[in-house]
Amino acid sequence: MRITQGCFSFLPDLTDTQITAQVAYCLQQGWAVSLEYTDDPHPRNNYWSMWGLPMFDLADPAGVMQELAACRDAQPEHYIRVNAFDSTRGWETVRMSFIAQRPSVEPGFRLVRQETDGRKLQYRLESYAVQRSPEGERYSA
Amino acid sequence: MTASDLQHLAPPGETAPPAVEHRIDLAAEYAEAGIADVLERLDRDLVGLAPVKRRVREIAALLLVDRVRQRLGLATQAPSLHMSFTGNPGTGKTTVAMRMAEILQRLGYCRRGHVVPVTRDDLVGQYIGHTAPKTKEVLKRAMGGVLFIDEAYYLYRPENEKDYGQEAIEILLQVMENQRDDLVVILAGYAERMEHFFESNPGMKSRIAHHVDFPDYGSAELGEIAERMLAQWNYRFDPAARLAFNEYITLRRARPHFANARSIRNALDRMRMRQALRLFESGATVDALALTTLTEADVRASRQFSAAAARTLADDERDVDFDPERGTDRIDY
Repeated sequence: MRITQGCFSFLPDLTDTQITAQVAYCLQQGWAVSLEYTDDPHPRNNYWSMWGLPMFDLADPAGVMQELAACRDAQPEHYIRVNAFDSTRGWETVRMSFIAQRPSVEPGFRLVRQETDGRKLQYRLESYAVQRSPEGERYSA
Repeated sequence: MTASDLQHLAPPGETAPPAVEHRIDLAAEYAEAGIADVLERLDRDLVGLAPVKRRVREIAALLLVDRVRQRLGLATQAPSLHMSFTGNPGTGKTTVAMRMAEILQRLGYCRRGHVVPVTRDDLVGQYIGHTAPKTKEVLKRAMGGVLFIDEAYYLYRPENEKDYGQEAIEILLQVMENQRDDLVVILAGYAERMEHFFESNPGMKSRIAHHVDFPDYGSAELGEIAERMLAQWNYRFDPAARLAFNEYITLRRARPHFANARSIRNALDRMRMRQALRLFESGATVDALALTTLTEADVRASRQFSAAAARTLADDERDVDFDPERGTDRIDY
């Protein structure tokens, strides 16, 4: 099941040229771009691991693309996302975030039904990949 | 017929010169790139520096011709653009680096054309494992523009074998080699020490294609620089002061730690202070003319004149008005 989180996630995966163009747009807006990766793509998992520090004061997307290549190298079967942080007063938040790499196989999520008091049902999502193996080995073939 | 059409016409792999009718007007190409304007401003704004201007012109011409050759499908090696600027302090290395970035951008060899000036402190870390991220961060900031490393020889400290400078140099070399499209590195510093630096880092020397030497300014050129600086700040010398300033230049040049245009700027700053004090203490009403004129008295009050008569070593020590090695203050023309 293809995971759809952040911008552009209903489109086909962005090519490197397209990612470069998006990063160039972010830098043009004065946003600080950072990279994060994870192998636990639960929709409520907000805290992905940071790949280095956010990159401040960049003028050109080449620096981000270099880090992205390094991150892909180190984490070939992880989700990697590009975040663009806007520090303008009043915003002070991530303005744009999109997935720049996904694992080759995405097994998806299972809907778990749990019966509680008075036949009440509670639902939760459980990732097959996360259940299958511990962290770091979830998506490796 | 456009240049891209020409490329399609040529059979793949063939680099034979195209037929005679595919002529490209170099002058038009030159005008179109908009570098004429930059070169002209370089000529106009900077006093003297004839050999430097010539070198910059040569480099610009080479890049322009290279670009035209590329469009005609003539195989050209991607030009190496890393440079080294050598010369004494205050000879305009930073200013020329800014112009160089502009030229490179107009010719399309540099995407943004911004200059990131750094020194050893910005590249080398303070403890193990600190240098690589620090250097990489600076490199990332400079991508798409020019990385200007002032006093580059400080990166290499042969007397301390545990110095982290070597690590920074290695990362730098790697990027200079692999990401030539993304980054142009300009190293700057005193001629002899740069020479020594290159001798101990042959890898660095071989990756730098253009060595530009900045000569010292002559006395007349320094006088002209002074006048331009004053004009920029809306000041001027009266005729007697101008003559006195020529004398000042002669005296100052003979003293230690003379830093060309930077020393001139500092001297002018002190003269402005003396003028302000003189006007203030005279208590009279002032008009625009008085406010803009530096008189002979303002110039002659300099310690250079009194010290010229009786000079002791202690004077020399006291008279150091800046440390050229630190290079903290910069000239803006």
